[in-house]
This record gives sequence, structure tokens and C-alpha cells, in this order.
Amino acid sequence: MTLTKQVSQEINLTCYHCGELSPSDTIHLDEKIFCCDGCKIVYEILNEKNLCAYYDLNESPGKNQKNLLLKDKYAYLDDEELTRKLLDFSDGKVSTITFFIPQMHCSSCIWLLENLFKIDINILQSRVNFIERKLSVSFRSNKISLRKVVEILTSIGYEPQISFEDVEKKSKNFVNKSLYYKVGLAGFGFGNIMLLSFPEYLSIDVSSESLRTTFSYVIFLISLPLFFYCGSEYFISAYKGLRKKFVNIDVPLSLGILAFFVKSSYEIFAHGSPGYMDSLAGLLFFLLLGKIFQNKTYEVLNFERNYKSFFPISVTVKKSGEEKTIPLSHLKIGERIVVKNGELIPADAILFNGDGNIDYSFVTGESSPVSKVIGEMIYAGGRQIGSSIELEVMKEVSQSYLTQLWNNFQAKGKVEFSFTGIANSLSKYFTFAILLSASAAFFYWIRTDVDIAITSFITVLIIACPCALAMSTPFTLGNTLRIFGKNDFYVKNIRVLEDLARIDTIVWDKTGTITKAGETEIEFDGDVLSSEGKTMVKSLVRNSNHPLSKKIFASIEGSSILKVEKFLEIIGKGIEGDIAGQKIKIGSETFFDLQKTKEVEDTIYEAIPAPVNSEVYLSIDGVVKGKYKIQNKYREETDLVINKTKSNYDSFLLSGDNETEKSFLVKLFGSENKVFFRQSPLDKLNFIKKLQSGKKKVLMIGDGLNDAGALSQSNVGISISEDILNFTPASDAILNAKMLKNLPTFLNFTTISLNIIYGSFGISILYNLFGLYFAVQGLLSPLLSAVLMPISSISVVVFTTLTTTFFAKRKGLL
Amino acid sequence: MSVIVVLILFSIMVAGGFLVAFIWAVKSGQYDDKYTPSVRMLFDDKEKTILNEKTNKTNS
Repeated sequence: MTLTKQVSQEINLTCYHCGELSPSDTIHLDEKIFCCDGCKIVYEILNEKNLCAYYDLNESPGKNQKNLLLKDKYAYLDDEELTRKLLDFSDGKVSTITFFIPQMHCSSCIWLLENLFKIDINILQSRVNFIERKLSVSFRSNKISLRKVVEILTSIGYEPQISFEDVEKKSKNFVNKSLYYKVGLAGFGFGNIMLLSFPEYLSIDVSSESLRTTFSYVIFLISLPLFFYCGSEYFISAYKGLRKKFVNIDVPLSLGILAFFVKSSYEIFAHGSPGYMDSLAGLLFFLLLGKIFQNKTYEVLNFERNYKSFFPISVTVKKSGEEKTIPLSHLKIGERIVVKNGELIPADAILFNGDGNIDYSFVTGESSPVSKVIGEMIYAGGRQIGSSIELEVMKEVSQSYLTQLWNNFQAKGKVEFSFTGIANSLSKYFTFAILLSASAAFFYWIRTDVDIAITSFITVLIIACPCALAMSTPFTLGNTLRIFGKNDFYVKNIRVLEDLARIDTIVWDKTGTITKAGETEIEFDGDVLSSEGKTMVKSLVRNSNHPLSKKIFASIEGSSILKVEKFLEIIGKGIEGDIAGQKIKIGSETFFDLQKTKEVEDTIYEAIPAPVNSEVYLSIDGVVKGKYKIQNKYREETDLVINKTKSNYDSFLLSGDNETEKSFLVKLFGSENKVFFRQSPLDKLNFIKKLQSGKKKVLMIGDGLNDAGALSQSNVGISISEDILNFTPASDAILNAKMLKNLPTFLNFTTISLNIIYGSFGISILYNLFGLYFAVQGLLSPLLSAVLMPISSISVVVFTTLTTTFFAKRKGLL
Repeated sequence: MSVIVVLILFSIMVAGGFLVAFIWAVKSGQYDDKYTPSVRMLFDDKEKTILNEKTNKTNS
């Protein structure tokens, strides 16, 4: 054997395009080695167009191109009606479209995608938004078709994701910019009014009374848009709340803002002094700043994803022997559809022709394919692996088993944001206390002096304005949101954090959540393989892209790779090849049936009853050596996490699987009554409902579409994902699977955050009491107000930000 | 005396100019993507330059 020589050569065998190990050095060009023809083609295209700077910016920036483009995959883009829905803009000559391209990952990607015009002159401009992984392209639509544009992108390795959802609703991402305008305006007003109030602060003896009046009028003019535009946010919200008989935090805030404005206007026109306008502007500025801070969003993630964003936008329909591509929305019951290798089954259908080998991984999280025979029902959401199949559609897309479940529970009403939260739940008492103390001051003074009575009434409203209270929640939870984001735990908004702190029950899904979706345990059953034999297996499977091949590849240690000749992959069956003169075959049972080795196999494995799907047989030179058994593997930290959480939270497990692993799971969860098997998506949902009717606050942790109903029903739904850019069902938070071990820390930290908020409430109340002492006596001067207001706001902001950061550091989150 | 009024009005006009500029910047989408432009400005139009060799070295 020339094994040592192979090893030494192998060091430089990384693909110039994608950086993966190449099986051999047979594919090369310009002294550069490629792992597959796909990567080489991309290089050729870029080389021809003088775009090789792509490779200079980062080393091996490409993505593996082993999955070559199916020839007619984008034929549906020739459909004009569909195209029109996809385009952002078109005037017949020039069209603009925005693609979602999750593959982009580095500066090389940005560079190449913005230089598309060098590949085809009919592409006018392309702009990347890296954060959102979006590319917007404008092209001459009378010279080049949309299909061609998509194919160009695909040919250089950036296949855009075009989904059913894109067609159904366009421009969903309307960003509300008015908050930014308001902050800009409030900042402008704050600065200028303060500047104009300076003579007042310093009690400078203004030589002329008219100058003082002029200043006041200018201040009044500036404060008008502040009051009506920036303040409208709070008035509207308070009004909405009151109409629903709910006193939210915006009610006392609006009272304060109104009092500020009325009192100051009176001062300006009656006495020509600027009043409290500077405090008002500062108040609005800080409040709005808090709103921006809490609105941190993860643009690239989608928490509302449903089946539509995952379904294809077109299907191939077979009518009287002819294949035709039609938009998915036009699909009707009874039609015959053709589903090719790697395509998704869009509606519940009966297998009519071909070998069904369905991968339900995004429905159940279970990655090994299920085989189906003619006449069997196949539910929507599965992905066909292997040869094409023909299906007869039994239900409409929106009426299919899973999608229907989804539709029912998407309707779950969203609680309006402004009516929840700690600050809002306290504001009722706060408003009452303010009005009480203001009235008390008013009635105390009214007997002696009406002027002082009115002044003290209004100044109490001013000083009691709970701005610090309103600011503590956004700044604390906004910071927590950011800290979690840094740890790959992406929470939809700050309301979810408050809910998370209050949960008392955790419900786990099994497959894909506490077991690893990607990784499996592989056991070899049969003759003991020599290390040479193992190397041969590894060398063979690396040529195949099948998930099982990849798993076997990963399971064999060592880095030496042998040269494989006559490699052949029969999709759905297995792979074979010659290594050093020996013929190696790896594949399913049926793969061996073809070659008449079944007899040998039977004699060896007679006694083993086996689920076929996750077993792969191996033969060397026609002799069956044994089989690889592939099982789901539990995440390493699972038992730790569950043990930690089950003491504080009631923990349950819902599994769609059978009971083979029952004993282990019962031990883990501590009781037989906490572990449930054979749960359908609807069972899971009803289980959550049952818990909630018992006044439980439920956290559901799941991953697949089959958990979607339960995730949206639960108080907080977290979906686990290996790759956060991949599909996740609609949920309140997305957690990177690697960070599951931190879940107890996250839960604990939300409780800490709430305590920080309560602490800052204390601070803000101290300020209020201090101010009230002066206000009830009618002694609150504009200067005191102008100093007190910003100081209380800033100290709350500083306190919350510093303490959250401090505790995050202690918990190891930063 | 009146000079200070002129001065005040002028300063507010300047500040207003900045406010308008800010609103324009938000409106035209300059705050939508805060990352990509920072990378974009580093790209060089020249094909093979000394800079490329330099980046190769630092990468490897």
C-alpha cells in the first residue's frame, strides 16, 4: 500500500473554492485543487470574468458545490404572473428584486455579490444587506429574464431562497421609522430649549424684559412639535388603554407631560419666563430613547415563520403525460404531481408511482428517511430522497394535516404590547397615588391661597411623572436581550423575557430537542474492521452527500484518505467504488438484494429484527462485513440541564416516538407520569392547554413543525436549532442547540433582571418623594425640576445597565 | 441687544439644518444596514495589488 504517500499528499488537498478536503487531486485547474466539479465551475466563471479577487479577500470563501443545480429547477420563474409578484419594482425595462441568500457569510461574499454586473452586463446593480442576508438586484428585464438572474446566482454558489411566502405577501418588513424621527426631534428640542433657558438657570440679570419674553416665545415654538408629535405616542397609548379600562404606564406619563406643557405655557404667556419646557423636552428625549433601546430586533431571524416560508412556490404537475410547472397556489385536489430528489411534498398525497423515501426532518426533527410504498399516504412537509415519485394530491395545501394545525393556532391573539409588563401592572396604583397626593396638596392650600393650590396640584403631577419607572424596564430588559443574543439565545422581544421569568413548568420535546438532530451514535455491528478497512470506508463515503454517508464519515477517526475509483452512487440505495483493487459497497438492504448477497446477509443477521432505515450494510469484495447502526444521540448536557431545571420547574417530556427509550427517560424525569410517548402534534398542544387550565405558566422547548402548535400555545415557546438561519417554527425565542446547556442560567438571569427592575423602581420612587416634598409646598422651581428630571433618568439608566452587565459577567454570560 | 436675537435665530436655523439632515438620513435608509457599508468601503477595484498579498499573509 502507498498509504504513507497518500497521507503526505493529503495536507494540501483542500479545495481552493470551499476549503473542504478533496478526495483526490484529479480535479484541478491553474495549479489549484478542487473537491468537486461544482467548485471548479464556480472558479472558472469567476476567473473568466476577472473576479478572482474573491479568493484574495478570504481564504476558500466558497460554499461546497457538490449539489449541482437541477436543470429545470427554476423553470417556474418563466411564469409571468409569479415573476410579477416576486419583483419589488418593474417598469418593463428595468426590474428590481430582493433575494434572501443565507449562504453569505464573509466579506468575499459581499464583494462578489456586488460585482454581479461584471458577470452579466444586463445586471445593472446589486446591493448587499449583510445583516439581513439580503441582496437586491436591478437588471434589464427586457434583456435578461429573472430565471437567468437566479441561475447566475446559483452558478456562482449563492442560490437564493425563494419561498411560497415571498409570493403570498410582499413587503412585510415595513420598518417603523417614526420613532427615530421623534428621537431626533426631541433631541433637537432638548438641546435648544436648554440653551435658551440658560440665563434663567444662572439667574443672570437680563437687562431687558423683552429679550426674556422673546426667548420664552422661541422656546414655546420649539416645544409645540415636541408636545404634539413626540408626545402623541403616549397620549394615544394612554387613551387606548383607558378605553379598554386599563391604566397602563402611559396614563401617568401623559398626565405628567400634559401638566408640564400646560404649566409652562401659562408661565410663558403670563410671566414671560420659560417654565419647565426644558424638563419636558428632556423627559420626552429619554423616554423615546428607552423605546428605541427596547426595540432591538434580530433582522435576520424570523420568529413568525410558518410552513409558507418553507414550501416551494411551484410544483410540477403531470397532465396527460406532460409535465408542467404551476404555482403552488393553483394546485388542486386530484392532480398528479411529480416530486424530484430533494424536493418537498407540498400537500397530503397518495404515492402513485416510484419508491418513496421521505425525510421528515423538518416536521419531526428525525433525520432518517421513512420508506413508503405505492398507495400509502404521504403527509405534506416531507422531503423526497432518491428517485422522482408521482403523487396524487388528496388535500389542498392549506388543508393538509400539518398546515391546518398551524393555521388554527396562528390565530392566537397577540396581547397588545403596551398592556403587559411590570411597569404597567404597577401603574394603576401609581396613578392613583399621584392623583391623591396632588388633590391633597390642592385642598390643603385652597383655604389659604388659590394660586398656590393650583401650582402645587400641577407641580405634583409634574414631579410624580414616573419617567424613571417607565425607563427601567426597557433599559434592563433591552440589555438582557442583548446579553442573551451574544450567547446565541435570540428572544423576540422584552415581553417574552418577563414571561420567561414567570414560568413554572417546562415541557420538552424529545427528537431533535434533547437528542441531537444532526449527530447520531454510530455503532458497527459485525466483523471487526481493520484500520485499513475503516480508512477504505471513510474514503468511500466522503464522495457521497447522503446524510448517512456524512455520519459514517464523521464517525471514523483518522485523516488519511485513499483514492477511490469507479465511484458510483445509486440514489436511495447505496454507494460503491474500487479502492486499491477492492470493491467496497455501502448501502441499504435493497442495495444488496440487487447483487444477490442477501443470502450471506441473512445467515449472519437472521436473529436481528431491524428497522431498516437507520442501518447501513457494508461489503468488501462481495463479502458482507456487517452493518452500521445509526441512532439518535442525546445532547451531552441534556441530563445536566434537565436535572438542574426539574428541581425548580415541573418538567415533562412529550415524544412523538415509540417507547424504546422509556426506562432511561423515566429515570431522567423522575416519574412515569412525566414522560409521554406517541404524542401527535395535537396531543402536544392539548397537553399544554391542560397545564395552562391548571394555572401553570408553561415553557415549551421544541424544534420541528410538529411542535409548532404547542410552541405557540405555550406561554413561552423556545425553538432549538443547530443553525439559527435554518428553518424554525414560529416561536418566542430561538436558541442555538449548542447553548442548550446554558438554559438554566438564562432562566435564572431573567429572574435577576426582574429584581433589577424592582430595585430601580425603588430609586425612582426616592426621587419622586424628594421632589414631592417641594411640590406639595408649591416650591418646585423650574431649575430644580430641570436638574432632578435628567438626573433621575440617567441614574436609572446607569444603574440598570451596570447591574445587568455585572450579573451577566458573574453568570458567565459575558 | 438685537444682535443676540439674530444670533439665537441663526443658531436655531443651523440646528434645524442638522435635524433635517438627520431625518433625511433615516428616511433614505442609512440606518437600515449599519454593517455592510463598513465592509464595502474596504474593497479595492484593482485586480491584483500588493494589498491582496498582504491580506493573504494575514489570513494564512
